[in-house]
Amino acid sequence: MSTSADPPAGPPSAGTARAAARVLIVDDEAPARARIVALLSDIADQFSHEVVGEAGNGREALALIETRPVDIVLLDVQMPDMTGLELARHLAALPVGPAVVFVSAYDEFALKAFEVHALDYLVKPVRAARLREALERVTRLGAVQPAVIRAAARAADPRAREMISVHERGRVQLVPVAEILYLKAELKYVTIRTAQRAYLTEESLVALEEEFAESFVRVHRNALIARNAISGFERVEAVSEDEAGGEPHWEVVLRDLDERLPVSRRQWPVVKVLIKG
Amino acid sequence: MQSNRDNDASIEQPATPPPGAEALPPGVIVPRRRASDRPSIDALPDWCNLGITLRVVTSVNLLFFGVVGVSARSWGVFVSGCLDVAASLEPILFASLLLGCLARRLLLPLAAPWQVAGNLAISVAATLIVEALLGPLSGLGSGYAWRDAALAATVCGAILYWAYLRSQSNLPALAEARLQALQARIRPHFLFNSLNAVLGLIRTDPKRAESMLEDLAELFRVLMRDPRERVTLAEEIELCRQYLAIEALRLGERLQVHTDIEIGASGTLVPLLLLQPLVENAVHHGIEPSTAVGRIDLEVARNGSFVDILIANPWLGERAKRPGNQMALENVRQRLNLLYDLEGQLTTAVKNGRFEVRVRLPYTSSPHEHER
Repeated sequence: MSTSADPPAGPPSAGTARAAARVLIVDDEAPARARIVALLSDIADQFSHEVVGEAGNGREALALIETRPVDIVLLDVQMPDMTGLELARHLAALPVGPAVVFVSAYDEFALKAFEVHALDYLVKPVRAARLREALERVTRLGAVQPAVIRAAARAADPRAREMISVHERGRVQLVPVAEILYLKAELKYVTIRTAQRAYLTEESLVALEEEFAESFVRVHRNALIARNAISGFERVEAVSEDEAGGEPHWEVVLRDLDERLPVSRRQWPVVKVLIKG
Repeated sequence: MQSNRDNDASIEQPATPPPGAEALPPGVIVPRRRASDRPSIDALPDWCNLGITLRVVTSVNLLFFGVVGVSARSWGVFVSGCLDVAASLEPILFASLLLGCLARRLLLPLAAPWQVAGNLAISVAATLIVEALLGPLSGLGSGYAWRDAALAATVCGAILYWAYLRSQSNLPALAEARLQALQARIRPHFLFNSLNAVLGLIRTDPKRAESMLEDLAELFRVLMRDPRERVTLAEEIELCRQYLAIEALRLGERLQVHTDIEIGASGTLVPLLLLQPLVENAVHHGIEPSTAVGRIDLEVARNGSFVDILIANPWLGERAKRPGNQMALENVRQRLNLLYDLEGQLTTAVKNGRFEVRVRLPYTSSPHEHER
């Protein structure tokens, strides 16, 4: 169902005469992908679309999305390495992300979470009529708010992510949480610092603190430090020009980075336990 | 269902559900009980079972030493008294257990009262034989043979009564274990994914879809059987192969299987669905959560009177742990414990990046071997 002239890139619901929706299928099982492809061809008359790709895992899907515009992602929830829920969160970080329709064989937690957050989903084995309905609805409504996807994903799988996705020049960058030294709130964004470089994310520091409470500790109103990145603390007596306001205070010495972060007086009792324990 | 003409009338009635089946979910078909499942069988302890033998020897010894201890005035008297008692007690005890073990097969088909009488007679006979043989040698116990025989019969009766009480108290536990066996049988996740995979194959590869449905049907036929049944190890391994064939279609090359089955071991009887849940576990925790190619090992070997089974899968670490983790392992462990007591074992270990489950159970050859 490929259209000869490429429709202008943009939200799928924008056009008056509906352009063919560009669909990406993500599932780790080949027969499951074949099934979706077959069903899509069955409903081609009723729902104008074009399958722009198939991906066997989350990384493949992200790579595909970088190379071509995608309107709708049919996303399997249970995939190895990066689950469908995690991929959905990364996709939600894109400025013009594709709409996502979750597909799940059986996962009580995920299905409950989708229902609570009013997300549409399909259960395997998928039926053609149900698939069409979901595609039409998602075309009408467009992509779901990133915050809703995030909340649903957290409800379905309360474990912390292994990657934080950052959007840079139209690409999704995955930053492994294990490599992050600190997270620091600055104006509108949060800086993610690894030993190599810094990234910016729109996620809130409070939400990040809550999710990564196991591996990160708050040292200041605006900063979270990876517990295993702390090499020590240093007392600064002299008046300095940074935000601690010239009062004597403690600073965190990082393991892999020649940079100090101030510890607020309020957080010091919490933080000092780490070094003594 | 076959008719069991030689059964009790109560078992013959087709409308009567088997005891303990009330707890089963509706729609599950449970075949009628076989003659060997009569509760009276449970009343007769298995004298050949290591665990039971150990318990009997320990408790009888403690009992007799206790009696000596009550009348002893000093440690010296107590120790020499114990030695005196042990000299005649141990031969009688072991002879009784040996005869009991040998005669078990003969007694099993009899009604419960005859089984009890038979066991009492064995203890009396064992006492008389041992004292007749040892009496002239040691000079101990001679002249008191009939007194000792009466004592032996009393102890034997007490043990039989204890075994009866134990079997009574075990009945709810058995019913519960059966229910757990049913619940742990299949992950809904597996069922829906398999059906979805079949649907995905039907148009492109009808032949493979066909064989997948056949395997699925075969698997479900076994799942509907009475969980208390026993099958040969070869049958159970075949079931595992069918299960793995279904998963292989779904997971593709990610799933590699290595089997090493000793022919001499595969004739043994095992509880139905002993290995399949463990293999399913291995796929669920070792293959599915990873994008990498992973191998499942299934090895079976016979070591003397035992059969050793190894099931191993890649260990993906704590992080990859998925919910419902311990269910299958705990279920199989409990069933082994109920069926074989100390002789059945299930151990797990993480070795060289692989998660290993080892099962050891006694080799049971007779196709008509009774449960416990």
